[in-house]
Amino acid sequence: MGEAIAFYSLAALILVFAVLVVSARSAVHSVLFLVANFLCVAVLYVLLHAEFLAVIQVLVYAGGILVLYLFVVMLVNLKRAPEEASDPRRRDRFGLLLSGAILAELAAIVLYSFAAPWSHTAGAAAVPGPGNVETVGRALYVDYVIPFEVASILLLVAMVGAIVLAKRDL
Amino acid sequence: MTITPGHYMALAAALFAIGLIGVMVRRNIIIVFMSIELMLNAVNINLVAFSQMYGHVTGQVFALFVVALAAAEAAVGLGIILAFYRNKETVNIDEMSIMRW
Repeated sequence: MGEAIAFYSLAALILVFAVLVVSARSAVHSVLFLVANFLCVAVLYVLLHAEFLAVIQVLVYAGGILVLYLFVVMLVNLKRAPEEASDPRRRDRFGLLLSGAILAELAAIVLYSFAAPWSHTAGAAAVPGPGNVETVGRALYVDYVIPFEVASILLLVAMVGAIVLAKRDL
Repeated sequence: MTITPGHYMALAAALFAIGLIGVMVRRNIIIVFMSIELMLNAVNINLVAFSQMYGHVTGQVFALFVVALAAAEAAVGLGIILAFYRNKETVNIDEMSIMRW
């Protein structure tokens, strides 16, 4: 019962903040709503017994990536908002229709999956043993060490690329 | 009244659709990027829900990779936005057509 209350209130908060991110007039407000959204998602991870990922969500997403977004929004201070300029070739209604169609498709998949019984509902919480951080660390550094190294190379390349792109003249 | 992985999937689907609407409808490219982050988060919720469903941490490990990828994408994408803004003084995606044809 408690889990249900926590889930439904968190889901409502996440969806409301997501709608506000998409619909906010000012980009700064959008970033701040996105911070709130990511913090709610982090609490949802705690509910799913993924404590390490919740900490990473707060540190990397809410702390790192969104500060980067905020910096860019502040640097790109606009004299006129992009929403005011209108392009006659733009297909706004078509894009909305397309997203609505994909939402309907996803809803159909979810409803279909509800009809079938869940055979694996016994969760990880029942498994005794080491804590979540230790388990994730073991999986990350033993089973998935090659993808981990590839991800670190990706981050290095992204760092170099961002510096090259943003530098005025190299 | 138990919460099944289906509930998490429904939440993730709704979040993904909201992000998709943002990508399709908004014109400020920074907000389009933030909508992409919303979609990545929806995928992460799915991965963690399945990880709990099967009692296995692989989903959480891949969610960590998604977070690293989002960081790389944000760094490069925002670098491109800054470089473009320096040349064209705009962040409107309708005016970003110099590489289209």
